[in-house]
Amino acid sequence: MAKLYSKKKKASPKMLPKKETVSFLLSYSKALSITKAGDLTFETIAN
Amino acid sequence: MANVVLPDAVLVKNYVGGDEIALATLIERHQSKIYGFIYSKVMDRDVTEDIFQDTFIKVIKTLKTKNYNEEGKFLPWVMRIAHNLIVDHFRKTKKMPFNRDTEEYSVFSIMTDNSPNIESRIISEQVEVDLQRLINELPDDQREVLVMRIYDDLSFKEIADLTGVSINTALGRMRYALMNLRKVIEKNQIILTN
Repeated sequence: MAKLYSKKKKASPKMLPKKETVSFLLSYSKALSITKAGDLTFETIAN
Repeated sequence: MANVVLPDAVLVKNYVGGDEIALATLIERHQSKIYGFIYSKVMDRDVTEDIFQDTFIKVIKTLKTKNYNEEGKFLPWVMRIAHNLIVDHFRKTKKMPFNRDTEEYSVFSIMTDNSPNIESRIISEQVEVDLQRLINELPDDQREVLVMRIYDDLSFKEIADLTGVSINTALGRMRYALMNLRKVIEKNQIILTN
């Protein structure tokens, strides 16, 4: 049987964004409302 | 209840319809690929984090304005946005992530290592050893003066005082020491250069 010389996994661990970044995006999405009026677009961020 | 995996298109539709959890699922599903893609280009965690955030802000805005049409797939579309933001980033910093080698230009022409390499270090050591052997062959009085002058960095006045001879004698011994060394080097054709 072939001997395995490498102990380390070849694939690097998954790279993920910080939890804060994802949390910010979800909050931003919840707070943002976009209204269209003709050619105009209004962005409103709820506090 | 069976765990149903909703396709991206359905999640996008649900999100546009007001389902905020659908966005969380989409981010959860694709975050690793998108984050990894950005990092592979910019090679900086903080910049990656910024571009990842800006990418999804753009995604959110586009979806909320209902400008997104499911012509292509969701992930390639997000990747395209990320790619454009990466290009913007490099344009702003005016720094490209890598230099390609061409026939006229090699990156090694601007990157030099001035420290001696293994070969020159071995040569220096060899020269030192050879020289040491030659010095040991000199008559005692000449060797003494040469070692004091070259290795101990003493002045001829100090050498004269220490050896109990006049300065002129010390100078003469040094002269003969060097002449003898040259003679032996020429006779044996020893190369003492690095």
